[in-house]
Amino acid sequence: MHIIVCVKQIPDPEVPPAKFKIDPDTKKVMPPPGLPPVISVFDERAVELACRIKEKNPGTKITAITMGPGKVSDVVKHALAMGADEGIVLQDKAFEDSDSFGNAHILAKAIQKIGSYDLILCGRQAADWDIGQTGSILAETLGIPVVTVAKDIEVAGDKIKVSRVMEDGYEVVEAPLPCVVTVSNEVGLPRLPSGMGIIQAARKQVPAWTAADIGADPAKIGPAAAHSEITSLFIPTRDTTCEVITADTLAEAAVKLALKLRETKVV
Amino acid sequence: MSNQGILVCGEIAEGKLAPITLELLGIGRKLANDLGQELNILLMGSGIGNLAQEAIAFGADKVHVADNALLQEYNSDAYTAVAAKLCQKISPDIVLLGQTDGGRDLAPRLAGRLGGGLAMDCLELSIDPSTKLLVQTRPVFGGNANARIVSKAARPQMATIRSKTMAPAVRDDSRKGQVIPVEDIDASTVKVKVLERVKEKTEGVKLEDAEVVVSGGRGIGNAQNFQVLRDLANLLNGAVGATRAACEEGWIPMTHQVGQTGKIVSPKLYIAVALSGAMQHIAGCSGSKCVIAVNKDGGANIFKIATYGIVGDYKEVIPALSQKLKELLGK
Ligand SMILES: Cc1cc2nc3c(=O)[nH]c(=O)nc-3n(C[C@H](O)[C@H](O)[C@H](O)COP(=O)(O)OP(=O)(O)OC[C@H]3O[C@@H](n4cnc5c(N)ncnc54)[C@H](O)[C@@H]3O)c2cc1C
Repeated sequence: MHIIVCVKQIPDPEVPPAKFKIDPDTKKVMPPPGLPPVISVFDERAVELACRIKEKNPGTKITAITMGPGKVSDVVKHALAMGADEGIVLQDKAFEDSDSFGNAHILAKAIQKIGSYDLILCGRQAADWDIGQTGSILAETLGIPVVTVAKDIEVAGDKIKVSRVMEDGYEVVEAPLPCVVTVSNEVGLPRLPSGMGIIQAARKQVPAWTAADIGADPAKIGPAAAHSEITSLFIPTRDTTCEVITADTLAEAAVKLALKLRETKVV
Repeated sequence: MSNQGILVCGEIAEGKLAPITLELLGIGRKLANDLGQELNILLMGSGIGNLAQEAIAFGADKVHVADNALLQEYNSDAYTAVAAKLCQKISPDIVLLGQTDGGRDLAPRLAGRLGGGLAMDCLELSIDPSTKLLVQTRPVFGGNANARIVSKAARPQMATIRSKTMAPAVRDDSRKGQVIPVEDIDASTVKVKVLERVKEKTEGVKLEDAEVVVSGGRGIGNAQNFQVLRDLANLLNGAVGATRAACEEGWIPMTHQVGQTGKIVSPKLYIAVALSGAMQHIAGCSGSKCVIAVNKDGGANIFKIATYGIVGDYKEVIPALSQKLKELLGK
């Protein structure tokens, strides 16, 4: 079984709201100073799920691929340290500022170059722009089925059983392979890379493929090919001011609060 | 031929048009009027013919009814195939779906198949008066910012809308409309089969419907301490929510998670206890009328959205609050 996991590097999404800054002119988000970028949380759970499948199904191989500018190989190294076997970086000026359709085209081309695969895992959305489309469009591009918002996968021969998160519970679906599965946070906490894993990951060669290497169609990538564009980016303002209730003791403050809620008919 | 008309992908719950469908028809009608175009709705299900008139009463000009046993419950492959085929036939300018279990799955597949431009989880939709393009406002970066998005050339322009962000359509039984059956639904499109659906039982009031929600975060400390919140919630006929941090600690099931990747609640009263107020959490409760924050850190972000706050240890605050409320409510 060969699992390909798509991972993305993003600015730390747990940045304190006060430190979150945007540039409204370029419509970009400023990287928070002093906080290193991280693997997108859902992608990290996709790696976790792949590792769990590998533990139960010996002989499984996991390839982590990422696309992006700069030192994105870090997120591939993180996946390798968690238990992935191979890593690939997709990097080219021509890839930058692609939308979900462009990204899906690039990933599809890279996956076709890899050749054989059984299962493609993506995060349900990237935890930066929260777009939530790439996995599904990738599946449509490759012409294979997709199962979204998974919390568990069980391999049964040439099929998989996937538990999908639903608002009031979950459903179990059976999908033929190959297929794409997008992964949700309900997978649970991802494993921490072991010391040994980190050392082995550091030694692994991670090839970088360009647009020419994968045969990406220039008409389908980059900002000019985007189906949608951002016309403005802004931080929503709130006009609430909090009335902090104080008293000699916390219990007394609580009593004051109770009276206030009753007075204002909130309860 | 240029694309024309608005298409709503409706959802059915317990034999009725789901609340999200009425919200979609509400905004769909408004956009249709602004553009001078027709409002279409697609209804998929089994034994649903009687709902077509309902959809007309709630504002649809044309109702496309795909009534087939295969469509009894949401099935990604079947629903995508039916919706894509209809879009190819009627070439809508705009397609609207709900940001729900079904809509969130269907929308990007449909966009991928049709090549449209999609924005998910929209909070606002409007028509730009000069370009006539659909302007979609959606949260990004976990709700830290909002982006406005347009599709200049890709068609259809597609959006999923967050529930309870748009006013539901108002019923008018005098409205007239056309009902069009959707034929030849192809079973061979179904590759992924649903084996079972498991509803996780929640004790008491449903989180999404509760008028009072008491939510706990990492500062609660352990599973047992959640009882203090449960007591307060019970007293107010409310439900208990939690942050992702508390859910991931295993203190409370994931189905109680409030936030961007959890439930979206908009109660009259939201009591946020020992949680810091990360934007991803606030995304799920910012529609609440009154927010109370109890946190020992006066600088916590939750105070920025709170109506009332108490700075201190919840272990001292919440039991005293419960006791006084009990007395005031005569319980
Ligand atoms: C893509 C993505 C999606 C996410 N989706 C969600 C989501 O849907 N829902 C969600 O909740 N989170 C979500 N998160 C996580 C979110 O960013 C925060 O990490 C999380 O909400 C923090 O939970 P918390 O406030 O309980 O914990 P913390 O941030 O650790 O806050 C704990 C708070 O408790 C206070 N405290 C501690 N002890 C006490 C005490 N005894 N009395 C009073 N106060 C006390 C502390 O002062 C602190 O403010 C998401 C994150 C990402 C990246």
